Amino acid sequence: MVEAGRSPNIKIITKATLVSVDGGPGRFAVRVHRLPRYVDEELCTGCDTCAKYCPVQIPDLYNQGLAFSKAVRKDYVQAVPSSYYIDPAHCLFFKHEMCTICVSACPSRAINLQDKDEFLDLSVGAIILSPGFGRIGHEVLSRFGYGKYPDVVTSMEFERLMSASGPSQGKILRPSGLADPRKIAFLQCIGSRDVTCNNNYCSSVCCMYSIKEAMIAKEHDPYVHVTIFYMDMRTRGKGFDQTRQRSKAKYGIRYVRSRVASVEEADGSLRLTYVNDRGEHKVEEFDMVVLSEGLESPDSAKELSGITGIDLNKYDFCDTHTVTPLETSRPGIFVAGAFKGPYDIPDCVTHASGATAGVAELLAATRGTEAIKKEYPPEIETGDEPRIGVFVCHCGTNIAGVVDVNDVAEYASTLDSVVFVGRNLYSCSQDTQELIKEKIKEQNVNRVVVAACTPRTHEALFQETLKEIGLNPSLFEMANIRDQCSWVHADTPEEATTKAKDLLRMAVAKARLIEPLKEQTVAVISKALIIGGGLAGMSAALSLAEQGFESYLVEKTDLLGGNLNRMYYNLAGRDIRGFLRDTIKKVEDAPLIHVFKNSEVENISGYVGNFSTRLKTDSEDVALEHGVTIIATGGREYQTKRYLYGESEQVVTQLEFEKMLSASPDPKTIEDIVMIQCVGSRGEDLEYCSRICCGQAVKNALKVRQLNPDANIYVLFRDMRTCGFVEDYYTEARDKGIIFIRYEVDDKPRVTDNAGSIRVEFTDIILGETLQIEPDYLVLSVAIVPNEIETLSKMLKTATTQENFFLEAHVKLRPVESAVAGVFVCGLAHWPKSIGDSISQAKAAAAKAAILLGRGYVTVEPIVSSVDIDTCIGCGICESLCPYASIRMIKVGKKKKAETISASCKGCGICASHCPTLSISMGGFTNKQITAQIGAFGEGS
Amino acid sequence: MNKMTDNKFEPKILGFLCNWCCYAAADGAGVVRFQYPPNIRVIRVMCTGRIDPLFIIEAFRLGADGVFVGG
Repeated sequence: MVEAGRSPNIKIITKATLVSVDGGPGRFAVRVHRLPRYVDEELCTGCDTCAKYCPVQIPDLYNQGLAFSKAVRKDYVQAVPSSYYIDPAHCLFFKHEMCTICVSACPSRAINLQDKDEFLDLSVGAIILSPGFGRIGHEVLSRFGYGKYPDVVTSMEFERLMSASGPSQGKILRPSGLADPRKIAFLQCIGSRDVTCNNNYCSSVCCMYSIKEAMIAKEHDPYVHVTIFYMDMRTRGKGFDQTRQRSKAKYGIRYVRSRVASVEEADGSLRLTYVNDRGEHKVEEFDMVVLSEGLESPDSAKELSGITGIDLNKYDFCDTHTVTPLETSRPGIFVAGAFKGPYDIPDCVTHASGATAGVAELLAATRGTEAIKKEYPPEIETGDEPRIGVFVCHCGTNIAGVVDVNDVAEYASTLDSVVFVGRNLYSCSQDTQELIKEKIKEQNVNRVVVAACTPRTHEALFQETLKEIGLNPSLFEMANIRDQCSWVHADTPEEATTKAKDLLRMAVAKARLIEPLKEQTVAVISKALIIGGGLAGMSAALSLAEQGFESYLVEKTDLLGGNLNRMYYNLAGRDIRGFLRDTIKKVEDAPLIHVFKNSEVENISGYVGNFSTRLKTDSEDVALEHGVTIIATGGREYQTKRYLYGESEQVVTQLEFEKMLSASPDPKTIEDIVMIQCVGSRGEDLEYCSRICCGQAVKNALKVRQLNPDANIYVLFRDMRTCGFVEDYYTEARDKGIIFIRYEVDDKPRVTDNAGSIRVEFTDIILGETLQIEPDYLVLSVAIVPNEIETLSKMLKTATTQENFFLEAHVKLRPVESAVAGVFVCGLAHWPKSIGDSISQAKAAAAKAAILLGRGYVTVEPIVSSVDIDTCIGCGICESLCPYASIRMIKVGKKKKAETISASCKGCGICASHCPTLSISMGGFTNKQITAQIGAFGEGS
Repeated sequence: MNKMTDNKFEPKILGFLCNWCCYAAADGAGVVRFQYPPNIRVIRVMCTGRIDPLFIIEAFRLGADGVFVGG
């Protein structure tokens, strides 16, 4: 959020609504109505004084109404823009023309009660809709006692109750004010999978967030008992099932498969009535009930659809198609996030990147033409003599409320080389940046130390300020006297002050030795290597080509398309062969895509911007140079030996069955069909859920029904995981008489060969009886496993999960990037996923790769290592230890010497700490600097 | 520190914290206002791999009662 706020190329218009959209792709005319904030964003420092004085208390909506806020406020601490605003619906001035306390209270005169609304006319090339999701209505919640009993809360409210920054500082209290809860119940599928409120879809995210909330509740209070009432536990994402297992084993979370019928109050408790999966009637009492509310379409959906002309689906979410998952029905308008459907954070982030690829394809011709690049003055020569300026931050009362900042500032002025000491109320505010610049110039300061919060969040901001006046950004150091001092030693102000002084002394000691470091740039070869010619690889290549970038697409077999070659129709029963044919043709015809079939990567070396790859093709070895690498190596059906697969011809996998069905077999040959879910998945042979098999089974079951209306179709499952709108097909299947029977993991179906014909035997849990069926076919929903990637991941030094899927740099925030710069991942190589999700992810990977290809260079933070070749003895220890392959041995004259590859160096310093001749230095973390810090530590009393 | 007056030993601890994990966690402890004794002074490094054993020896030589490496 801060990054978006800081980018010169992103203009954030708050309190704004869309009025009209005219024109078309590449030339939209958009009118936006902006309501006034009444607080000047430029002047406001976020000091909170206005809110302190404001006499109007209103429910704090960010805290779900569990706390109070003011009529002038900021919705939450980290909000961007960080300025306050006035809510005219509650402000006394706007309601009764009285009270202007905030105006006089504001120290920076930022409040302007005369601020007016305005209409903005924007001309844009493309539009992305991301209005988020809406909330489940009160009417639905009230069926479960919400609004009537105070201790029935929504999951959103519970999330705030558990949050350290929430209304009870993270203590889970019962809103009724009664004693702390001992027994908490979570009720799943509130407002989801419920035709009575017209939401038949599954909200996808609630199972996982409930498990998370349950575990955190348990962490807060180990004596609390948490029960989750559910219909199917749909933990199908990456690592989700393992988390669910952990919630049982480590946290003792109890799971009850049941939809609770009613919640009533009885003697200060909440009485839940339900029928369990054995058909038994139960009554149980709890102290607190959490309603796991689903995701509703956004309130503005219909209005947005009216203004933009885009189609909505029957639940008022944005309508999209399987093969164009991020495009709305109006060309040039894209969709991302929960408006597309109920998706979790990794999916939303992926869609957002993918949507930008759509935009970049559309606007390829004008890429970069309007981008604003910040210009800086030339760097000042600083000289050797350190002149240190120290700024001690109060951070309002965050620091000054505990640490004696006057004492710290006075102490700072006694330290050697310190020529100036200042104190700031908020060091990070815009006006303080100006003040810092002024003082630096006035006092001829050439090293800056800020004692404030943490460099992890604020170093970049201060470095930017330094750059703006021509001081090298490396000439900066921070002392963390808030996050690691005042905040954690609130009860011992004296000791906290001593610690703040010590930390400052250590920072100054380091600052005396810091040197200007040059930010290096490395050129990027404007070509991509895409490994894997399946749907993901082809989609990424096509997106890059549309954006104007060349790519090499490497396919192991003689056929593009991968697993899609084995698919014939989608869930809606529509043919997808045509889509595959078109896609392959487009790829093969695209001049910017060079396809290598029957080829494999034999070796890959280099780093972001400069990879060298040797391909082994069927005719010759090919050498390729490329700037980025996209991994789309895919996955395949798991080879099982269970349930007589491979022994009986009647036992087939879903893909094999799909092929048979696509040939319109004689209906008599598909009279009786049994499907078994989770073959290999979820602990049988592999720990994880393969995500898409439930949908696949429903798809093929519906196809059988279409071909033979009288067929008997049984699906034996553990949890049906038909998330999102796929739930509709599950409902359709049940409506059409397809029978779904659950089996327990310790009582799996048994398959025997009965004189050449197979027999399936299984327990019906509800009837408590064993049933036998002799089907025409037994269809196995086998797991999905990633293709062999060990060699590739070793060559690229990319991490993999224990299941051998590629590991992303950050599960939520960087879902398509590898931790190795310039390497991206998409498709089944990342995790099992549907056709639409593979395309979205491929586009996201292409968007991320295009950032590097388009810019043409990468900047390297100057924290990288450097080798002193005069003292280097060429022993090669550093090369062997570097986890990023960022040190290579070169010949200097006749001697071997080490050399850092700056572009891929992450600055970890393993090389420096192991160098026997101390020849390797780390930018910003030299031996001398760290030793000086240790020395300053030693001076403490 | 090292207040021996009330006969209570207060150790003087030097911490080397990895920027990406332990240092971030120490910030996180602050964000949730987790309270702990004020005996540690922290040096941030980009990876605990940066820590030369000599740093640790130097810390002890200069009076550290303990060295904390978090990464």
